[in-house]
Amino acid sequence: MKFFFFHLMPYADLDPDYDKTYATDWLLYPNSNYDPQKGAELYNRYLDEIEYADALGFDGVCVNEHHQTAYGLMPTPGVLAGALSRRTKTVKIAVLGRALPLLNNPLTVAEEYAILDNITRGRLVAGFVRGIGVEYHASGVNPTESHDRFHEAHDLILRAWTQPGPFPFEGKYYHFDYVNVWPRPYQQPHPPVWIPSQGSSETIRWASAKERRYVYLQTFSPVTALFRYMDLYREEARKSGYEASSDQLGWSITTYVAKTDDEALKEARPHIEFFVNKFLRMPMEMLLPPGYLSLSSMKGVAAAKASLGRKRTMEELIENGQFICGSPETVRRRLAEYQDRAGFNLLLPNLHFGTLPADLTRRNTELFAREVMPALRERLPTGAREKART
Amino acid sequence: MAGYTETKLTLHGCSIHVIRGGSGAPLVYLHGSGGGGLWLPWMEDLAQRFSVVVPEHPGFGRSDTPEWLDGIHDVALFYLEFLAAENLTGVHLMGGSLGGWIAAEMAMLDASRLKTLTLIGPAGVHVPGVRKPDFFLWSAEEMARRLFHDKAMGEEAAKRAVDPAGGDVRMKNIYTVARLAWHPRFYDPLLMKWLKRIKLPTLVVWGRDDQVLPAALARGFAERLPQAEIEIVPDCGHLPQLEKKDVFVERVTRFIAGSGR
Repeated sequence: MKFFFFHLMPYADLDPDYDKTYATDWLLYPNSNYDPQKGAELYNRYLDEIEYADALGFDGVCVNEHHQTAYGLMPTPGVLAGALSRRTKTVKIAVLGRALPLLNNPLTVAEEYAILDNITRGRLVAGFVRGIGVEYHASGVNPTESHDRFHEAHDLILRAWTQPGPFPFEGKYYHFDYVNVWPRPYQQPHPPVWIPSQGSSETIRWASAKERRYVYLQTFSPVTALFRYMDLYREEARKSGYEASSDQLGWSITTYVAKTDDEALKEARPHIEFFVNKFLRMPMEMLLPPGYLSLSSMKGVAAAKASLGRKRTMEELIENGQFICGSPETVRRRLAEYQDRAGFNLLLPNLHFGTLPADLTRRNTELFAREVMPALRERLPTGAREKART
Repeated sequence: MAGYTETKLTLHGCSIHVIRGGSGAPLVYLHGSGGGGLWLPWMEDLAQRFSVVVPEHPGFGRSDTPEWLDGIHDVALFYLEFLAAENLTGVHLMGGSLGGWIAAEMAMLDASRLKTLTLIGPAGVHVPGVRKPDFFLWSAEEMARRLFHDKAMGEEAAKRAVDPAGGDVRMKNIYTVARLAWHPRFYDPLLMKWLKRIKLPTLVVWGRDDQVLPAALARGFAERLPQAEIEIVPDCGHLPQLEKKDVFVERVTRFIAGSGR
């Protein structure tokens, strides 16, 4: 298993009572509630936490992209990746954004990623996403064009990285007479591409196709969904004519480790519950604007997400596998079990979440690195799934 | 009694559902964001004097969603083709909300088959400083409630809006609305520039208490169409043709008669 430390950089000073006045901390929650003095502290603290993961021997670190929200303070993740690129020495840096459809010129991402890849001498992992539904409210981009713009922007960037320029690109949404991006990426033919998603069958089918074989990352969802989508990926790969490797599958999971189970549960509770009940609060219409999903997917998801507004407890999250919490032994056992059932070989633990303070984040990261990672590092999913050939 | 018939018609690879009733000069009604496909009492009233044609837009209800449907101009041009295919001339064109926007686009592009234009709480124009509510953030129930000034009518509509039987059509409709109107939000800069091309007798009807498209937007039409008659209906929401049926039918009939039908 490979380990990528994943940080969401929330505005941890969010007023816990904000939801008495506002339905959500996304889009409509006034930015007058952002205090730059506190924000500056958080940014520097969070970057320290990510850099510490490098020192502790994680394989990689991840940054994220969301807009106009207290949920995460990384609207332009490339800036943070840039800050990390010189301070970290060995970790891969995965940018688990860029929401391509939101851009009028996706070549800016080709440029930005190529610069990061050069500075880090090939430590960049290039994430491409559509962005969650609320980003379409924030950006004004038409959600009904989301899939098409994503595919077109992706094709443009990949061609910009692999095909000698200048050349013209003729798309419906993007049309350029001169594609000739400087610098070219350091990794050849291009940095590894990862596709995080909450589980869109269209996205899984596309990512798994033989000509792409992109790493698929399942983000915050119950393990039943994790198992289903990872099976779907393997099945689609098979249909496309090859056997997917476990290195093509990753899972992002909020994790907390302490000396004992009791201690872990006690320490984590307020912070994980703040995360799901405060930071993740969003009405359905905001999360899923019309056209963001295909009509058929929408019918399924709308039913599944009906529980969105409900308050959730830590026990529920642990029960359905959206949170792993306990002693090192408990966490190791759980991860091994889920690895076998889902068949992934990449793990993206969110070792900071919600309002988790600096000291607990640091200890959580240390315990994870020292007591969990070593035992699982060489571990592969058991069963018929074989190791990557790439 | 006029009665009505329902038919299908295929044009440019897109099959649409059309309701027709009555006899007389042609009156074509273009429905709003909530969808069409229904023969309503006010249509029955107008069918006493006119040959009423009520198509369901591409991307809505029982009509196809064609590949080429990218924006409002596609719908307007499709309907100009529809008028030609039906060989309709001297048309009294009428549209409500999104349908009013489509009707205005048609009249701007080619008014040769049109006699009069009636816009009911139309989208299509932005007036600086007049903020439209963001109803893509409303639930179906809230939307339905806000359509009416009359509370009881709003509650009635809210009940219908969550009826699972209509769920698939509602979802299909709102997908198409987003396709056409997400950005720029319910207006067309081209239309704003060239609305002045329309020389037709024009009636703009607006509910004073329209909570979906505020009546203040009427100014955007009045400024560009000096010949337009503007009728602001008191105690009325977004749908005067439903909420103030008799006032509406009388006003439209008078307008059309006055423009030398």
